[in-house]
Amino acid sequence: MQAIGQALALALSLVLSGDGDLLEIVGLSLRVSLSATLVACALGLPLGALLAISRFPGRNAALIVVNALMGLPPVVVGLIVYLHLSRAGPLGFLGLLYTPTAMIIAQTILITPIVAALSRQVLEDLHGEYAEQFRSLCLSRTQTVGALVWDARYSLLTVGLAGFGRAVAEVGAVIIVGGNIDHLTRVMTTAIALETSKGDLPLALALGIVLMVIALGVNALVQGLRMTATRQAYA
Amino acid sequence: MPEAILTGAPARTAERAGPAPLMPLAARGLTLEVGGRTLIDGIDLTLAAGRTTMIMGPNGAGKSLLLKLLHGLTPPTAGRIEWGGHPLSPAIVRRQAMVFQKPVLLRRSVAANIDFVLRARSRRDRARRDALLDHVGLLGHAGQPARLLSGGEQQRLALARALATEPEVLFLDEPTASLDPASVLKIEEIVRTARGGGTRIVFVTHDVGQAKRLADDVVFIHRGRVAEHRRADDFFADPASAAARDYLAGRIVV
Repeated sequence: MQAIGQALALALSLVLSGDGDLLEIVGLSLRVSLSATLVACALGLPLGALLAISRFPGRNAALIVVNALMGLPPVVVGLIVYLHLSRAGPLGFLGLLYTPTAMIIAQTILITPIVAALSRQVLEDLHGEYAEQFRSLCLSRTQTVGALVWDARYSLLTVGLAGFGRAVAEVGAVIIVGGNIDHLTRVMTTAIALETSKGDLPLALALGIVLMVIALGVNALVQGLRMTATRQAYA
Repeated sequence: MPEAILTGAPARTAERAGPAPLMPLAARGLTLEVGGRTLIDGIDLTLAAGRTTMIMGPNGAGKSLLLKLLHGLTPPTAGRIEWGGHPLSPAIVRRQAMVFQKPVLLRRSVAANIDFVLRARSRRDRARRDALLDHVGLLGHAGQPARLLSGGEQQRLALARALATEPEVLFLDEPTASLDPASVLKIEEIVRTARGGGTRIVFVTHDVGQAKRLADDVVFIHRGRVAEHRRADDFFADPASAAARDYLAGRIVV
């Protein structure tokens, strides 16, 4: 118990003093996970919108697949990306293994189904409300999707941040494709795993504190935005 | 304020001499079956130009469904609909507008709700938007979120948005069903102005007083069929069908 207390005190001093290693790891974590979130939104939102407003043969099967992929195990995603990016793999010539780009790819694969499935639900619910009015106005599919996305923007922001939360907190995929290389691919989760196994609890705890503060901060931000939007009747 | 801004139809005709008139409407053998139930049962209906037609009937008679069929929102199981001799098509639907019982407003400001429709028709025009809002008494609320308006204001905004498309035919599905008398009269005034500008009005209502105030002719629907379609004066003076007689007398019609 005393060891935990000491570790916590050291961790806090690391955070408050702006330790260089700590900042580097936090910075890379944010860069990788924010990039993966942006790419996942660029892919997942249109896919979610398509599934929300289109009716085509096989749509139900597509919904089941997208929903099932929300539960993709990170280590399996890491393994698949590893197999593709390794020297002998089909994309080995790109030389991306053990780079932040490989980590972004893995996290993108992990969270795109989350963004697609959740945005599909949000947009389909709103479309249910607007559909008859939009058909009466003879809107094109592009106009319909544009209006739905704009009017659901606060809910979609929550969807994007749910994806970010999943990406920034996962360890299985990034440790396989990134390798946890110091000053290159070491992010918060992989560093926590490593430092814990080494017995360097203060750094692991410091990173844990930062991770939790980020998670809390992001959620508080989203909640604040949504409450403001609801209060102003825009959500 | 130019009258054409508020109604659309005559200005539209003058601007572009192209499109053929939408009226008369001819529906033949219109049928809608859902889940084995016949909700609209072989309706034949002809509506001439330049009038206000009130569609009346008890709950569940098929009034709203008929409106949706005529506007192309619901495809019929059988039968055909022709506007001005042409089968219903997206090009025809674009020349019509519909106001629903519960106004469907975008999660945007009052002004943005009008802008959205003007932009969709590539006619973004601030002056026109402001004229429409002024016409329905909402210019002072332009910047407010639409969904914070009162029920009557929301319905007037929905009406202004419908008029923004310059419809030649305006369908109204019980737009005053849950409004207070003052709001009802404001809506009726807007509808009357649109009618005066040449917009064809097809209006579903339960309100006998409203029907008497607005109707040129009445279509009475009962059990998915047209029980009668007559000039309003004749209908109210001497309804021909037993169902309409009972309805107007306040007796339960099933």
